[in-house]
Amino acid sequence: MLIICCPICGIAGDEEEFHYGGEGHIRRPASHNASVSDEAQRDYLYIRENPRGLLRERWLHQRGCGKWFHAVRDTVNQEILLVYPITDPPADLEKLEAERAKRETA
Amino acid sequence: MQKYSLFSLLNGALHNHENWKPAWRSPEPRPAYDIAVIGAGGHGLATAYYLAKDHNLTNVVVLEKGWLGGGNTGRNTTIIRSNYLRDDSIAIYELARSLYENLSTELNFNTMFSPRGLLMLCQTEHDVRAMRRHAYAGRNKGLDVKMLTPAGVKQLVPLLNCSAQARYPVLGALYQPRGGTARHDAVAWGYARGASRRGVDIIQNCAVTGIRREGDKIAGVETERGYIRANKVAIVAAGHAGQVAEMAGLRLPLESLALQACVTEPLKPCLDVVVMANTVHGYISQSDKGELVIGGGSDAYNNYSQRGSFSSIEHTITALVEMFPILARTRMLRQWGGVIDMTGDRSPIISKTDVSGLYLNCGWGTGGFKAIPGSGKVFADTIANDRPHPFAEPFGLQRFVTGRLIDESIAAAVAH
Repeated sequence: MLIICCPICGIAGDEEEFHYGGEGHIRRPASHNASVSDEAQRDYLYIRENPRGLLRERWLHQRGCGKWFHAVRDTVNQEILLVYPITDPPADLEKLEAERAKRETA
Repeated sequence: MQKYSLFSLLNGALHNHENWKPAWRSPEPRPAYDIAVIGAGGHGLATAYYLAKDHNLTNVVVLEKGWLGGGNTGRNTTIIRSNYLRDDSIAIYELARSLYENLSTELNFNTMFSPRGLLMLCQTEHDVRAMRRHAYAGRNKGLDVKMLTPAGVKQLVPLLNCSAQARYPVLGALYQPRGGTARHDAVAWGYARGASRRGVDIIQNCAVTGIRREGDKIAGVETERGYIRANKVAIVAAGHAGQVAEMAGLRLPLESLALQACVTEPLKPCLDVVVMANTVHGYISQSDKGELVIGGGSDAYNNYSQRGSFSSIEHTITALVEMFPILARTRMLRQWGGVIDMTGDRSPIISKTDVSGLYLNCGWGTGGFKAIPGSGKVFADTIANDRPHPFAEPFGLQRFVTGRLIDESIAAAVAH
């Protein structure tokens, strides 16, 4: 079971307290350009990163402060490397991966 | 290749069972094949089998990262049914179910297919409406499905708490008398043996590490045991289909999640149908050994760990104990998880791709086992003729562009 720490209210709880929002930082193409191709619309609706490793994703602190936020989680060992506010730009995965490798060798 | 029969069994008994041969060959990979299938699960092996049997294509290799049938084929709850909603789904799932009927004879391998009957319970008014719609849709396409009253359900499943005071009341059920279960390993082993006997090479412990393209055409696959040239490559890698497709430069509309199952200690025979309770996320059947085989809902978040979250399995067991109070003190033997590949519409992808000679069969999500024979048959036909089989055509990648989705979020039955 995941233990997640909400970056907004600072309270940690198990995954039952939270609601998963899928991949983060997906931009709705029609918001930026009125004429959107079918392929762009497909990418927006259905194509996902689905990595085996670090994933930037959204969570809702549903039974807590009720706020959305971002997290970076490893989809293999379930480690949560970072939580950050919903309005922040995408986290740098290479940097997080390097920091983790450094921690593990230390 | 030994033929299995009563005579071979008696002969084995006379020789202390020391004369049995391996059921399939384990050859060294050759440098080139006509077709390389990536993934030796049920779908991959069935594809190889039908390529050899129906299309006489035997210069085929099946490449497997782990061991044969060790992924979702060996991790599912073995349920077979075809009670779907859309015509396109009914066609392919019913083809698969009907092939299961004679699969043991066809493969000369006991797949232990048991069409014991399958119930999908209705526990809310919404379920009743949805399942009735499924019953009409099925009957319209000639499926043997019907609605049962609560009394009819109680007659088939005396263990079930059908009282009006039950926390999850039983308001009826969608019944498919020829649905049931089969031995999942045997399906993989039977297809492997049948394919190997016809000349297909099955290479285990040989992960694919890259896919080579020459422009828009497939050239071959890099593996842990060297480069293998292939004119056609078929990706049948379930939860890892996305990783394999990425090697060829494709991005797929898939998300990989963990789905769990568990079995109880063996009990005396007490449940002779499959019971699915979709609203409370639990399904249950009794194996021939007496264990109750229990499946639940998938985890909410992307997960490649082959073990699900404790909260998911707790949710399932809580609901099943409410429905079957007699099982409350039954102990669990083991629990496990598999990595499932979910599409947005809960229907599979059986498709050609933009890369000439590269084919996809994935996205079976929570319910691929039931479809193995049908999926293998139409996918083999698609590969052999380089055009979608009529049953596969609606399941192409193109549907995510056109928006012609095949929504089976109710029939897929597992919460996600």
